[in-house]
Amino acid sequence: MRRPSAAPYPGIVLVIRSDLAAEIVAHARRDHPDEACGVIAGPEGSDRPERIIPMANAERSPTFYRFDSAEQLRVWREMDAADEVPVVIYHSHTATEAYPSRTDIGLAAEPDAHYVLVSTREQGTDELRSYRIIDGVVTEEPVEVIESYMFAHTGVDDVPDQG
Amino acid sequence: MAVTVSIPTILRTHTGGEKSVPAEGATVSEVIEDLDAKHGGIKARLVTDGSLHRFVNVYVNDEDVRFAGGLQAPVADGDTVTILPAVAGGA
Repeated sequence: MRRPSAAPYPGIVLVIRSDLAAEIVAHARRDHPDEACGVIAGPEGSDRPERIIPMANAERSPTFYRFDSAEQLRVWREMDAADEVPVVIYHSHTATEAYPSRTDIGLAAEPDAHYVLVSTREQGTDELRSYRIIDGVVTEEPVEVIESYMFAHTGVDDVPDQG
Repeated sequence: MAVTVSIPTILRTHTGGEKSVPAEGATVSEVIEDLDAKHGGIKARLVTDGSLHRFVNVYVNDEDVRFAGGLQAPVADGDTVTILPAVAGGA
């Protein structure tokens, strides 16, 4: 059995390994009160986040984030060379809820990515949510945190599992 | 000058799904004009009021053109021009 997320529109759920979700939260906590941001790469067509790359926030700001352009070029080239895509693009909100702001929506330019937001506004409570943002339309999706992709049908079966 | 232009996912609707396409020009501006002639509508996604859109990164080889003359940045035969939408947002 395959869940419908395998095709043709893999946007109805984010399936993510618990260690990767924990790393996003840890990065957000570490950079608080500035916004933290990063990418999780995965094999093209798999919809499976595997390789987390915490990025510098070039704005170093509590209310804005932007990938450093030189670092972004390097990371995007690495993904290209490895037949990977940005499966997850994450950033934190440090004083508001984990919901895309107007700016987030206006600037979202990766239609195939899961946009993950984490809020660090409350000490001790980690709010991590996931969205598709396509042509200015936000669709929240459930987040399924699992221990391993080994037994989860998260994508095409001809891509080897990494963990 | 013949260059190769790397196209981001969001603009591949203009290039029939192609990840990279050939173009001609001596500057980034000329390359974008040539791209637009071949793939209509792409210029409007990159240029606003005669300058590069604030949230679009354009690189000639490894250099962000924002620090190399912007649209007037020169390109040489065999160069790679990479277009990447900035990843950015704000609370």
